Amino acid sequence: MNQNTSTSTSTNTNKIVVIDYGMGNLHSVASALSHVAPDAEVVISADPEQVRSADRVVFPGVGAIRDCMGAIRTEGVDRVVAEFIATGKPLLAICVGMQALLRHSEENQGITCLGLLAGEVRFFGKNLHDGAGNHMKVPHMGWNQVQQNAKHPLWEDIEQNARFYFVHSFYVACESVNDASVAGTCDYNTEFVAAISKENVFAVQFHPEKSHTAGLQLLRNFSQWNGQASSETELEKAAK
Amino acid sequence: MALAKRIIPCLDVDNGRVVKGVQFVDIRDAGDPVEVARRYNEQGADEITFLDITATHEGRDTTVHTVERMASEVFIPLTVGGGIRTVDDIRTMLNAGADKVGINSAAVSNPDFVRAASDRFGAQCIVVAIDAKKVSSPGEESRWEIFTHGGRQPTGIDALAWADKMAQFGAGEILLTSMDRDGTKNGFDLALTRAISDRVDIPVIASGGVGNLEHLAEGVLQGKADAVLAASIFHFGEYSVMEAKHYMAEKGIEMRL
Repeated sequence: MNQNTSTSTSTNTNKIVVIDYGMGNLHSVASALSHVAPDAEVVISADPEQVRSADRVVFPGVGAIRDCMGAIRTEGVDRVVAEFIATGKPLLAICVGMQALLRHSEENQGITCLGLLAGEVRFFGKNLHDGAGNHMKVPHMGWNQVQQNAKHPLWEDIEQNARFYFVHSFYVACESVNDASVAGTCDYNTEFVAAISKENVFAVQFHPEKSHTAGLQLLRNFSQWNGQASSETELEKAAK
Repeated sequence: MALAKRIIPCLDVDNGRVVKGVQFVDIRDAGDPVEVARRYNEQGADEITFLDITATHEGRDTTVHTVERMASEVFIPLTVGGGIRTVDDIRTMLNAGADKVGINSAAVSNPDFVRAASDRFGAQCIVVAIDAKKVSSPGEESRWEIFTHGGRQPTGIDALAWADKMAQFGAGEILLTSMDRDGTKNGFDLALTRAISDRVDIPVIASGGVGNLEHLAEGVLQGKADAVLAASIFHFGEYSVMEAKHYMAEKGIEMRL
């Protein structure tokens, strides 16, 4: 934990707050973060003061979007998240946390979300079959490949088309997100958005905390990310 | 690019030790659950299922502490089953680090529990475990019914109709065990697996009877399972999880290697 000495600067500390609004299992996220960033202070909290003092924030979410949005608004997490994003510090949204940042979801007969990022959330559908006639189950559950559409510090040291663990019945439609913001895509019946990058916000549909090596690497990258979307260029690397 | 089929090693845990019974009788000791889970994780397991086999029989709570230790070291999905009867039981396990819970007997005695659990925690963490036995006579059209209490208690409920109902009540996944095959090493009940997997829209995990790698591949290719679960073939070192994955990949099955 950070020492309160006159010589220490804020850059020596790394406080990561996992926002708790009563939806689901935050311990997995917190323990994975502690595992990859043993020097970081990982806090599970919805307290606005905790979030304000954070160096970076994880915005998770599981379950139905109606319940998530209800809890987000009741707990005042909507304001806390918007305020944090405005500081320019890094924020990682996971699964329904990602969907909550977007404009709208068609889950639960249609729910208005936070609208902090462009994007629409749609249902995969029922009784889907692939070209070979195989029954494609919903939720989309398991390990699928993510195509990285752009260089990003959070993709550092993660192979192109690495597999991550997904579990979701609703997906972010590609055409609803600005092309420049699509950081990764995945294919299940349709191509959908697996990761969104906008300035200091990175949002993923999959669960990095459950995605073993690739997921832990993404969390490690996040724990060191300065919030700038552009990755170090090859030239800059070569100059070192 | 495609979704991979999953291999899920199952740890049957009794008093903090991994065991595996042959049709729930002959129990052999296979080690510390956390150590075993870590080994499977390193071998490329796609998920881990932790089943407290004594919970339902003796009303014993599943070992929260073991789950906590496991969840802090193994960063793949973890399902905990055995003795999950109340919303509080689920919360306890999720807080300990489980990602999903398996509900078996409690779903049979009170199907609305599945609905309540799914509403509260989301379908993604509710696995309904179905223990089915064939009840049709040879020559008749195949029919299976569900059994509880480790296969000892008949319920008279048709397995296909039950799977359908559980999916409608908000199960996110079905863990389907053939009580005829469990522990026999004769392979999955492929007809049962196929019938259930065709019937429901949610993923189905095939379980019960795996004795070799061919059985795992059959579960996917013929049984149309989305995931395959096995215990003893991995516990006693006959095969590693990665060997199994390579074998399945050679059979043309999409795997995470």
